Amino acid sequence: MTIDRRQFLQLAALGGGAVFASSLAGCASAGGAGMAGKDEDFYFVQLSDTHWGFQGPAVNPDARGTLPKAIAAVNALAVPPDFVMFTGDLTHTTDNPVERRKRLAEFRDIVAGLKVKTVRFMPGEHDASLDHGKAFTEFFGDTHYAFDHKGVHFVVVDNVSDPAARIGDEQLAWLADDLAKQPADARIVVFTHRPLFDLAPQWDWATRDGARAIEILMTRPNTTVFYGHIHQENHRMTGPIAHHSAKSLMFPLPAPMSQPNRTPIPWDAAQPYRGLGFREVEAEDRGAKYQINELPVVGA
Amino acid sequence: MRQDRRTAIASLVGLAGLTALAMGGASVLAQAKPRVIKVSARRFTYSPSVIELKRGEPVVLELTTEDVFMGFNLPDFNVRSDIVPGKTSTLAFTPGKSGTFIFLCDVFCGDGHETMSGKIVVS
Repeated sequence: MTIDRRQFLQLAALGGGAVFASSLAGCASAGGAGMAGKDEDFYFVQLSDTHWGFQGPAVNPDARGTLPKAIAAVNALAVPPDFVMFTGDLTHTTDNPVERRKRLAEFRDIVAGLKVKTVRFMPGEHDASLDHGKAFTEFFGDTHYAFDHKGVHFVVVDNVSDPAARIGDEQLAWLADDLAKQPADARIVVFTHRPLFDLAPQWDWATRDGARAIEILMTRPNTTVFYGHIHQENHRMTGPIAHHSAKSLMFPLPAPMSQPNRTPIPWDAAQPYRGLGFREVEAEDRGAKYQINELPVVGA
Repeated sequence: MRQDRRTAIASLVGLAGLTALAMGGASVLAQAKPRVIKVSARRFTYSPSVIELKRGEPVVLELTTEDVFMGFNLPDFNVRSDIVPGKTSTLAFTPGKSGTFIFLCDVFCGDGHETMSGKIVVS
């Protein structure tokens, strides 16, 4: 007998955390990869803004330890996710192309420790804006692409390889063409780095031509967007489309326009790793709603 | 003849009026000539970083960069411009509301880009 993830979590909740942590071996996952067209419950993990290479002890004195801890936390999840998605700013920016590649290589080697077989990547402006995505592409391939998984069509939109934060005519045409091939009621998930809508353009929390992307997405109203960039949870609707931003794994940022500048929130020794974390996103086999479960870096 | 005289007087008055209007118009135009403010950018600052304007006063910002490609974005007035090395970009607008408004670089320019901003204070 196998049980699915939801049943397992219910049992874990009844039995307490010890059961949750000790029942990995006996639990079947919601299904493996390779069932792209079949509607089925599954979940994935979103990690974002790891900023590998960042240095700033006042903001994160464990800058080289936070990502490995997050990887360990994902590996310790009771039921492994179907896949892991990194939504950009894998590395912290540098002017030096050699150093940029060194950071990308170190990041790649660390995340190779994930037990999950399918791990997907996209760039943030820190990875890609200074060289138009060249180094990122050498390590992780295309900066925008699409894939299908268990009845959901996933689209990765690159709004960072252009340093002016434009998706661009060519990619927008590709997006429109890709969605045109999907049924009107298709379940669509978009991954992007910057918000597609004007969350706070005064803090550069926007995409120059994001409105055009949203206009295209509106043709498929069962669309949900997951993004990064702003280093905190934020949930916003544009019409029927939900937009969910993720926490960072390096430093949190203040709420949009809550203070004069978007300076990182200082490290709190009394509450280490506060404001950092990653999330599980559970897709049910019907509808376009997703259960989001935010998890801390340590103690997940 | 009388008619002609009246017409002539009317013409003179009209001419005087047109002259006055033209002089007044010139005065209005002089007043409407925008104030030019030079703004220099370099990674990761603007100079000046605080620009004081008067509400309703037309201005033209002359934007230059000392190093790399930059942007100047003033979202609250829906105006922006690229700043290209070796060129002077101009950005004309008239602030229609008072307050303090953020301008920022909206072209990613390196480690420090996030701090590259300034304020426009409209009184």
